[in-house]
Amino acid sequence: MLVATDLWKSYGTKAAVAGVSLAVEKGEIVGLLGPNGAGKSTTVAMLCGLAGPDRGSVTIGGEPVGGEASPAKRRIGLVTQEVSLFEDLGAQANLELFGALYGLEGAALRERAGAALALVGLAEHAKAKPAAFSGGMKRRLNIACALVHDPDVLLLDEPTVGVDPQSRNAIFRNLETLRARGKALVYTTHYMEEAERLCDRIVIMDHGRVIASGDRAALRRLVPAPGARRLEIEGDLDDALLAMLAARGVTVRGTGATLEDVFLHLTGRALRD
Amino acid sequence: MRALAALIGKDIVLYFGNRRALLVTLAAPILIAAFFGSVLGGAPRKPTRIPVAVVDLDASPVSKSIVAAMKTDSAFDLREVGEPEAVKLVREGHVRAAAVIPAGFGRAAPRALFRPGAKKPEIVVHYDPSQSTALPLVSGLLARHVMTGVGRALFTAQAGLPSFADLKRDVAASTTLDDAAKRDLAALFDSVERLQARGGLRAAGDAAGELPGFSMPFETRQAEVTGRVDRRYNAYAHSFAGMGVQFVLFMGIEMGVGLLLMRRMDLWKRLRAAPVSRALLLGSRIASGTLIAVALLAGIYAAAILFFGVRVDGSVAGFAAVAFAFALLTSTFGLLIAALGRTPEATRGLAILATLLLVMLGGAWVPTFVFPDWLQRATAWVPTRWAIDGLEAMTWRGQGLEAAWMPVAAMLACSAVFAAIAIRRFAWEE
Repeated sequence: MLVATDLWKSYGTKAAVAGVSLAVEKGEIVGLLGPNGAGKSTTVAMLCGLAGPDRGSVTIGGEPVGGEASPAKRRIGLVTQEVSLFEDLGAQANLELFGALYGLEGAALRERAGAALALVGLAEHAKAKPAAFSGGMKRRLNIACALVHDPDVLLLDEPTVGVDPQSRNAIFRNLETLRARGKALVYTTHYMEEAERLCDRIVIMDHGRVIASGDRAALRRLVPAPGARRLEIEGDLDDALLAMLAARGVTVRGTGATLEDVFLHLTGRALRD
Repeated sequence: MRALAALIGKDIVLYFGNRRALLVTLAAPILIAAFFGSVLGGAPRKPTRIPVAVVDLDASPVSKSIVAAMKTDSAFDLREVGEPEAVKLVREGHVRAAAVIPAGFGRAAPRALFRPGAKKPEIVVHYDPSQSTALPLVSGLLARHVMTGVGRALFTAQAGLPSFADLKRDVAASTTLDDAAKRDLAALFDSVERLQARGGLRAAGDAAGELPGFSMPFETRQAEVTGRVDRRYNAYAHSFAGMGVQFVLFMGIEMGVGLLLMRRMDLWKRLRAAPVSRALLLGSRIASGTLIAVALLAGIYAAAILFFGVRVDGSVAGFAAVAFAFALLTSTFGLLIAALGRTPEATRGLAILATLLLVMLGGAWVPTFVFPDWLQRATAWVPTRWAIDGLEAMTWRGQGLEAAWMPVAAMLACSAVFAAIAIRRFAWEE
């Protein structure tokens, strides 16, 4: 559905993105991970047509994304990192505005706005203004605004920043519903547990390049574990046995490496600006 | 078109749904224009009387006639008081000036009239230095009443005046008059003395309802030049033009800063993610800003017309054209602010400063005719001056459509420059 091929983008002499390629299929959620300054936001900007690549191309269902009023942009929904709503317009009015920008009008527009509100559980708040919403409700409406025109591809840039666990869970359910409906989703986040739970595949970027990609199992295999042996144990590991192993210098892990282990292994532990 | 209409509608709904913005850009200009208008003269009415005090230390027929004449003068709101009280009234700002007629004035003034170089009696005028513009007016009116009073006294033989024998003796003793002048003056005194003795001139003057003597040989009649013969100048017409321009420009600032806030909140990014062109996004902003500015001007002038008697005595079409051109100017000014500004906070402060300079130089606070000549010429390059001049031309000056073209052309040209710079400098990609 979404295919990005060899994307390059520089600002001055600094290459923000250098040769990124990725593809997202229908009904798939691809996580885009990377430390600050890795080039994720620039990549997302090129994927949705906000920034033109210096080199490379983006297509949606074979249709190139390019130019301000490119028709292919109708097939993309963008969920921005900030809550980007007109706080003094009602929830329904926000949705109808964004729907109108994508060419919807009349009964179809109202119907699509209602459906998007229902999907995120805000149908009862259609008239209310976002200014009176909680942080979680605003985030859900933020997603609904990206869905009102029923896009094939949804780009989500850290959509759960600052929300409580209940709202995060509700957002995850919404995204899983969209995946089940065949949408292609690109999910940018710093939260590894979110990527582990949601994403079918993960792309890790650093210094403007893709440094790893694959499903969780494939990524875990990238973490070297010298001296480690994989044991399968049947029955309980009681405390006495664990104490004896510890006394002999053996470390016991209940699972394999976490995604966070993989991420830190690949991108390093140094702080990024 | 659907997207354009949605964007324009959104801006209009948001603006007029914002009570604070409406308070600042609609209620505030009406209130401030009402204040300035009333200070500058308000609606058509009788001219304001100047509060003046007079002190008569002479109490002679001459000085009394002068005070009586001043009391009947509609230019003065006169109080006759003692000298300390008069000075106190000036110091406290209750009167603009106080004239003190000295003791012996009635005798000394007629003698000084015919003796060049003789010591003249002195009328002291105490005045409020903060109101010094009233001083020439007070002095002029006082001179008129003194000349009339002294001249009348000479021809009516009032008690307390010097005798003609005294006058002739003064003239004869004069070292500055030649013999011919002395002879002519003595003859004049004889003639006047005979007139007094007959009492005929007084009788004739009384019959005509006038008193004999010197009087001003002319009268003035003030004729205001306004838009219509039957219309008088309304100071609110100027104050509403000035404050309307100022506060509608404030709306332009809000529109510009609003765009910067949209960028900060990623809203601009979301709008740009839609399949709409740059021209449509920026054009919708210009269109909505223009419509809002037109609506604000309409509201401000509706209040001016309904409650303050301002009238569009000139071309209504010209007024509409000037209002539209200024609204477009405001909108492009807002876009320029958004293009040049970095943070909303810093940009708002600088934009307010720039706006205040523009309206000050445009004559919104005080009319441009009080500016020095060089500044008046320089302000021809200030677009707000064209706006204010245009609005005034179409209201109280009552000029026709042809007088609107120049202000409209100047503002449209300025709008085009603002828009061109804004579009060129606008950072399209964050």
